[in-house]
Amino acid sequence: MPYHEYQVIGRRKPTETDKNPKIFRMRIFATNEVVAKSRFWYFINKTQKIKKTAGEILSVNEIYDKKPQNIKNFGISLRYHSRSNQVNIYKEYRDLTRTGAVTKLLTDMGGRHRTTYRRMQIMEVKAVTPKETRRASTRQFHDSKIKFPLPHRVLRAPRKRYDSLFQAKRPITHFR
Amino acid sequence: VMSLFTRFVEIGRVVLVNYGPYEGKIAVIIDVIDQNTALVSGPQKITGVPRHALSFKRMSLTDIKINIERSVRQKALIKAFTEGQVLEKWEKTSWAKKRAARVKRANMNDFDRFKAMLAKKRKSHIVQDAQRKLIKASRTK
Repeated sequence: MPYHEYQVIGRRKPTETDKNPKIFRMRIFATNEVVAKSRFWYFINKTQKIKKTAGEILSVNEIYDKKPQNIKNFGISLRYHSRSNQVNIYKEYRDLTRTGAVTKLLTDMGGRHRTTYRRMQIMEVKAVTPKETRRASTRQFHDSKIKFPLPHRVLRAPRKRYDSLFQAKRPITHFR
Repeated sequence: VMSLFTRFVEIGRVVLVNYGPYEGKIAVIIDVIDQNTALVSGPQKITGVPRHALSFKRMSLTDIKINIERSVRQKALIKAFTEGQVLEKWEKTSWAKKRAARVKRANMNDFDRFKAMLAKKRKSHIVQDAQRKLIKASRTK
């Protein structure tokens, strides 16, 4: 599922005593704006004494990456609820965009730790320089002369209608 | 074990896109994102493939390779692509020729098929003539 990054800005509703309440801005990763607003209130509730009924959202905008054609190493700090307790972890992903990295993160966390979107709080998604990366699995791609073969190649039909259940010949899975 | 492989995923490797909106077009690997994806670019002006992330599952490596820097920009890529004569080299390969022949055959109309039939008949006539002559010559020996 493609995740989007939204900037949600909200504040407590202005009253007679507090005409200009403090404005809060959050960057939320969500699949749509509705979920983004909901998560905004979830986080604001936890950190401030503002409830959705007492507050108002001033704007919800989608944010895009400045340079979606450049590869970045994203270091993501998050807090998630496992079945027994809460855990803080740091994970790294290489991707072109922040939302791409977060999508990878969510599928990876789902596969590795069986957590879902709602059980995770993404604290920080930061593009780190290659020197600052901490994981060997990310570091292995920091090679200007990177070179590797594709050993086992399972080719798929270019279009679903050309996909056949039976084939006359055994496929060749190597690229010479 | 690496010596068994001749085609590698590397910066500058020309690939054929197998799946997706740019299927059938060739592109160059500019950088490797992770173990499943590479950053490829046509260059867009020449082959029509824009700079984007492409899964290794959606590409086939070719024998052609050009010399480029990591994550090179379009201008330098176009220069290396044309200097390396990639398109010409690709069209010369039997791989590309087979693909072109398939396209040609699919786009034949009835008249083309008629002409092809006549040509096949003429060819087999010539071959059979020569064969008959050889058999006759070997029998009389």
